[in-house]
Amino acid sequence: MAPSPALEAAELVKTYPAGRKKPPLRALDGLTFTVPEGVVLGLLGPNGAGKSTTVKILTTLSRADSGTARVVGLDVVKQQEEVRHAIGYVPQKSSCDPMATGVENLVLSGRIYGLSRQESVRRAAELLERFDLTEAGGRQVRTYSGGMQRKLDVALGLVHRPRVLFLDEPTTGLDPEARADLWTEVERLSGTEGLTVLLTTHYLEEADRLAGQLAIVDHGKIVAEGTPEALKAELRGDSVHVELVEPDTEGIVRRLLAALPGIGEIVVEGNTLRARVDRGATAVPAVLGALEEKAIPVLAVTVSRPSLDDVYLQYTGRSFKSAEKNEERAA
Amino acid sequence: MSTLTATRIAQRPLRRGGFLSHTGFITGRWLRAQYRSPALIAFTLVQPAIWLLLFGQLFKGVVALPGFSDSSYIAFLTPGIVMMTALMTSGWSGTTFIDDMDRGVMDRMLTSPVRRGALMAGQLISNGTTTVIQTVLVFAIGFAAGARYDGGVLGYVVTIVASMLVGTAFGSLSNAVALLTRRQDALIGISQFVSLPLTFLSSIMLDLKLAPDWVGVAARFNPVDWAAITARQALSATPDWNSAARHGAYLLAFTLLVGYLSTRAFRTYQRSV
Ligand SMILES: Nc1ncnc2c1ncn2[C@@H]1O[C@H](COP(=O)(O)OP(=O)(O)O)[C@@H](O)[C@H]1O
Ligand SMILES: [Mg+2]
Repeated sequence: MAPSPALEAAELVKTYPAGRKKPPLRALDGLTFTVPEGVVLGLLGPNGAGKSTTVKILTTLSRADSGTARVVGLDVVKQQEEVRHAIGYVPQKSSCDPMATGVENLVLSGRIYGLSRQESVRRAAELLERFDLTEAGGRQVRTYSGGMQRKLDVALGLVHRPRVLFLDEPTTGLDPEARADLWTEVERLSGTEGLTVLLTTHYLEEADRLAGQLAIVDHGKIVAEGTPEALKAELRGDSVHVELVEPDTEGIVRRLLAALPGIGEIVVEGNTLRARVDRGATAVPAVLGALEEKAIPVLAVTVSRPSLDDVYLQYTGRSFKSAEKNEERAA
Repeated sequence: MSTLTATRIAQRPLRRGGFLSHTGFITGRWLRAQYRSPALIAFTLVQPAIWLLLFGQLFKGVVALPGFSDSSYIAFLTPGIVMMTALMTSGWSGTTFIDDMDRGVMDRMLTSPVRRGALMAGQLISNGTTTVIQTVLVFAIGFAAGARYDGGVLGYVVTIVASMLVGTAFGSLSNAVALLTRRQDALIGISQFVSLPLTFLSSIMLDLKLAPDWVGVAARFNPVDWAAITARQALSATPDWNSAARHGAYLLAFTLLVGYLSTRAFRTYQRSV
């Protein structure tokens, strides 16, 4: 018998009322994906894309208007109780009780999942050790740093040894060091323990590093899916970045580059232009020549293999940064 | 590897924690939090102490009014202030839920196998312990101000139970409002809007014989007044147990009803996240 996939979402639709006289907001618009067991799926998308909504539905917190979802083969609506035992959920906002100590948080969680008092205490000590929190375990959580709280959040999601762990933006707002710590931990979880992880993020770098499988979410839909390498490899050619001294406010540079042969989409962001080109080696001299001819000062020109940013651009028609800014303005 | 995991899970039956054990765990959580900031309980006593002493002085003369049944106004007022304190303090109960929602605690709990009823009951039991402490302290202040009762231990016990029912009923309403509005300011606004008329359309401060008729009619449907009547009867030298039992039963039924309805509010909350 073929093992059922760890996660299956089919045609999920979720709307939220948007206020009087406004049409409801479509947070998910037919979202579909499948994740095999033991894989880290990265859901990548700008704020408001529908990542958290997806996680809430899969964790039984919220319910889809239509569509179905299964976790380790269990229906999230009809087998809610079983699903809840099989998953760990680390919400976007910190989920530990600030008035309780680290140990108390973990023991309470263990007890709720049916561990005996003794087992819960042992498990708490084990997890504190593993997340380097042993010393802080007896202190109230409100005295913890952001990074420590986030680690405790993840520990809370693991108390009952779930088969699937949901991490909703686990590193947002953390300093680089704390982020690197968590990355190592997530890699260990999926690598040596065979845990299936669904991780949402709006950091391209994080998705690139952690996700074995990546799904790009845009406006409540998956617009691209695959390993980060495959997604990048699908894009032919290279990416050329031009850093100007002055921003290209009048679009002169854009028009100039667009006229050159072998140049694809161009994105302008402040002082930098990014263009997809067939071949980096021939494009760079052409670009430099054209700019020099018009006496436009240039700081730097670089060629790179396509990044996830380019992948995102390819599938959504806008750069990741500009999508983030738009959403922020809308929010 | 994956089959190994599967068999391990299959062999371990789901240990479905019962309502009672879950209630115990959740109660423990709130009790620990509560007794880490005992100043809060002390703080919520300031208001009833002021009411008791201020009104005690202000209305000393009412005992002399015709139709006023109790011999000492402070003895009349104290059980009323007990109920008022239970009501006012419990109005804040839902702020604990709001704090949990502002963090991810509520969402994590709701994706765990914890019983919804236990989430509600555990918080209310911890709230109930606050009510008991406050009731005892309000009695102590009343006693210091000269209130004496002939009803014996039973009278005090009945009063404490009645105050806990008031605290539980309005605590669960507050929790429900928290789940429905998800906002601190809305919760506080609604709870003040509700608790003021409940206080004044009752016999908390004054014997209803002295009030306009319509106040008496309104008070008949006021659970806080049921509690005050139950307590006063039980504390008096010659209790009308019939009236005490009837009003106590109304209060209990009301508490169970709102407790049940409030637990349903978790569903509404989950539909809105
Ligand atoms: N509880 C809610 N009520 C109303 N709208 C919501 C709610 N949660 C999310 N939304 C809206 O649904 C869309 C998707 O949100 P979300 O899933 O949180 O996005 P992401 O996690 O990708 O940033 C957004 O436009 C957001 O404003
Ligand atoms: Mg989100």
